[in-house]
Amino acid sequence: MSTAPRFRDKILPVATILVAIVVLWYGAAAWLNAPFERDTAARAGTTIALTDLLKNTMAQERPVLPAPHQVFAELWDTTVNKPITSKRSLVYHAWVTLSATLLGFAIGTVLGILLAIGIVHNRAMDRSLMPWVIASQTVPILAVAPMIIVVLNAIGLSGLLPKALISTYLSFFPIVVGMVKGLRSPEQIQLDLMRTYDASAAQVLTKLRWPAAMPYLFTSLKVAIAISLVGAIVGELPTGAVAGLGARLLAGSYYGQTVQIWSALFMAAGLAAVLVLVVGMLHAMVLKRMGARP
Amino acid sequence: MTPSPASVVSARKLGLTFATADGPVTALTGVDLEIAKGDFVSFIGPSGCGKTTFLRVIADLERPTEGTITVNGTTPEDARKNRSYGYVFQAAALYPWRTIEDNIALPLEIMGTPKEERKKRIERVLALVNLTGFGRKFPWQLSGGMQQRASIARALAFDADLLLMDEPFGALDEIVRDHLNEQLLKLWAQTDKTICFVTHSIPEAVYLSTKIVVMSPRPGRVTDVITSTLPKERPLGIRETPEFLEIASRVRDGLRAGHSYDE
Repeated sequence: MSTAPRFRDKILPVATILVAIVVLWYGAAAWLNAPFERDTAARAGTTIALTDLLKNTMAQERPVLPAPHQVFAELWDTTVNKPITSKRSLVYHAWVTLSATLLGFAIGTVLGILLAIGIVHNRAMDRSLMPWVIASQTVPILAVAPMIIVVLNAIGLSGLLPKALISTYLSFFPIVVGMVKGLRSPEQIQLDLMRTYDASAAQVLTKLRWPAAMPYLFTSLKVAIAISLVGAIVGELPTGAVAGLGARLLAGSYYGQTVQIWSALFMAAGLAAVLVLVVGMLHAMVLKRMGARP
Repeated sequence: MTPSPASVVSARKLGLTFATADGPVTALTGVDLEIAKGDFVSFIGPSGCGKTTFLRVIADLERPTEGTITVNGTTPEDARKNRSYGYVFQAAALYPWRTIEDNIALPLEIMGTPKEERKKRIERVLALVNLTGFGRKFPWQLSGGMQQRASIARALAFDADLLLMDEPFGALDEIVRDHLNEQLLKLWAQTDKTICFVTHSIPEAVYLSTKIVVMSPRPGRVTDVITSTLPKERPLGIRETPEFLEIASRVRDGLRAGHSYDE
């Protein structure tokens, strides 16, 4: 394979979109930040030339929309230039959120898988549990989050776990739904085969249902890890957390630090992308070991 | 009544009626049949005649609603729990995430065969179906005929005396099918198993069987049982002999008698 098709098919389209976004972003930043500059000039009784206007909109301290280079300068400053133990380091805040995300995701995955196994094997659980599982997701998490934190605090649980449980609350759902479908995915003929061997339910689960559910599990995991991160951030927002990307967003909005908000948002998006990528790589590895057609 | 000791399958006035949304459907009625040890029995008939259903009753995959049936002298359920038969389905039904040898190991794992013994048996049955050297391949790397042979090896792995085969070569082309039929006969001669074989091909049934059960639909029933006069040694060329053609024509007559083509 030559590099030319790769450039044309993969890099060029992505780069084109990226350039378009950056151009639009600069345009929007100039447009949205210009009124402030005109007001300042009017108050001083002067008029401002267009070139100065444009230059100033790109370098405000608290812009309505920060320019891309401002966001990336802030990202660089708070990740590379600060020691990661510092409260001003974005890496520190990202780690706080990430640890809650991963713990919540792990609990949610185990819970989701156990519920799915129960639902598939027990008719009563199938009938009674699924409506509750679905109903749980119709409750707005932003309303539930403070209550979870308060209730858990009352019984002496604070810190990482309450936040993680909000991640769990969101992430177990796609796992349950995906795994119920996956565990039920074997064909009748494959199940009949197990019956001719007089296999126990546990053997059917480990040797047939579980491996058959793997593609479903990984699809669910990709959704679950992303919303786990959302859960951890949401868990930080209404609870007065002092550390974490959510706390950073909240502090930014209190003090009008839009550059800080945007850099925290970019950090969160980058984190989500990396997490989904890692799950995707695990997926590919497991499929390869399971003899999937290349 | 008690079945004779040599009888592997013994059915008396067997019937099965499915309850469906459109009302009861009689899949089988009044089936009387004796299958002796070492027999190669073919079940032939048009679709809907209950041949697959009868095989599934033997395997305890369906429960009869009338009459009695014994397998190896016990109920089909006990026979299944004793692992006394191997079942080959219409499709190979290999588990795609297992290699061929791991697929063959599946029943052995479930039955708790030790690892060393598993290895020996896998080698032996792979040789029986001419797949030596293909154990490490995944199912998708094999042709349809090879996959079906692997599924036969899987059914042979735990050494059950009874082999139930439900149109195992139905989806394969004629040339592969001839080849597999020849191999199946060799395997039958080598292992001395009792084989029940469902098919809708007259030449296949006559070529393979010592006993041909002709069935007809609506309701599914046995219309004729033909005992083959062909010798046990059967080269492919036997299919052009007058004796072969005579049996084939008797099967065809049986199928015609039981089936109204005006429907």
